[in-house]
Amino acid sequence: MIEEIITSGRMNPEIDPVLHVWGWEIPFYLFLGGISAGILIFSAYFTLRNRQDELPVAVKWMPLAVPGLIGIGLIALLLDLSHVLYFWQLFTNIRWESPMSWGAWTLGIIMPLSIAWIAIWIEDIYPKWDWKFDEVKAVVNWLKDQRRIIAQILILLSVILGMYTGILLSAFNARPFWNTSILGPLFLTSGLSASAALVSFFSRTEVEKRLFTRIDIILIGIELFMIVHLFMGHLAGTQVHIAAAQMFLGGAYTVPFWIFVVGMGLILPFILELLELKHKFVPAIVPVVLIVAGNLMLRFIVVNAGQASRWLY
Amino acid sequence: MRYAMAVDTLKCVGCSDCVVACQTENDVPVGHCRDWIVEKMTGTYPELQLEIRSERCNQCANAPCVRTCPTEASHYSTGGIVLVEEDECIGCKACITSCPYDARFIHPEGYIDKCTFCIHRVEKGQNPACVSVCPTHAMIFGDLDDPNSDISKAMATRKWKSLIPEAGTDPKVFYLL
Repeated sequence: MIEEIITSGRMNPEIDPVLHVWGWEIPFYLFLGGISAGILIFSAYFTLRNRQDELPVAVKWMPLAVPGLIGIGLIALLLDLSHVLYFWQLFTNIRWESPMSWGAWTLGIIMPLSIAWIAIWIEDIYPKWDWKFDEVKAVVNWLKDQRRIIAQILILLSVILGMYTGILLSAFNARPFWNTSILGPLFLTSGLSASAALVSFFSRTEVEKRLFTRIDIILIGIELFMIVHLFMGHLAGTQVHIAAAQMFLGGAYTVPFWIFVVGMGLILPFILELLELKHKFVPAIVPVVLIVAGNLMLRFIVVNAGQASRWLY
Repeated sequence: MRYAMAVDTLKCVGCSDCVVACQTENDVPVGHCRDWIVEKMTGTYPELQLEIRSERCNQCANAPCVRTCPTEASHYSTGGIVLVEEDECIGCKACITSCPYDARFIHPEGYIDKCTFCIHRVEKGQNPACVSVCPTHAMIFGDLDDPNSDISKAMATRKWKSLIPEAGTDPKVFYLL
């Protein structure tokens, strides 16, 4: 028998008995960041492939949501800070070892860039759009000329944004469940999958709908593969990693994770989208709601389970 | 200079005097603590073994909290003591989640707080408050780079361990066995 107890009554709020310093704000922000990254990646990629007229929703319409999504995410982030009046310190320092630092900088660059990206497309969407001032018009025209370069930068930064939401967590070796490098690619893939589902839901043309349904099916497949790898990695790890995996293999997170995230958030929409491709009738709203809800839940569960996992001593 | 602390588990009786001394010396807000006592029981009755440890921030030489801090608020100070600069801390709590010892907490004013090895006393040549009040003289504080310091001598002659060294943190609080 080994029993370790703190006898001096340590009860630091949010630390004891189980660490829970990150509430809803962080997973909610990770969710919005992932979807924003996915939308921008698709939009920029298909611009580079010159398919903007064939895929208008993915390229021109969806980016309209990005500044709003990132904005809400940033508000959530600020709500999480306990010393919030000093938040500007994020932008007076660059710390390469801290994912939170380069995440903040990436967001700081991607936010204005996504607005510039909207400006490039807004006249295509609203033909009556008027910039009013000639100076603004000149700037927008210049941006349009730089479209391909901006698209390339946008892809790079969006991949960083999508990955960083996972790397942020995997950088903490004190929390064994997070301490796996697959979390970055997993969150990137799941962000891409949610945005592909949203594109296929909002698109009006059969071509775009089918293309993004097909993309989403592939992405869900990759996600399932990564989830299996996540657990294989933990189970092949040290005692603390095995204990972390056990929370999902019989422990408290078993039902929410395997039923709601994997079952209803991945496998069910995977089947429904396959049926859609085979021209079976599936209400379009169903798979997209399942995927987006599963996306959100994945992040909530990962953030909470990571905080519950620890080194045993 | 490398400041370190050794706690003699054969002398510590778990009286919590160090905890109270710290709270008084550092004006630690009510309901919070920078140090604490752990009692570890191993074995099966009637052959039981008890180890009592006074624990605190391990002032790691490879501190994950310093690494993950986005603003340089967490930093290494004199003799490797890890400190938090209140005015640079944004309260993102990355350092709290990166600490395998759960040694940090959120000060009610918002910034992150932790054990400072009583640097304000140490710089005056005094011992940290917890060390100075220990009724059984179970704690030794000193400089590991000075071979004649009490802590260097204790480490050279006694068996010792540190907590979770496998987390790669290079802790500077040792437990004499």
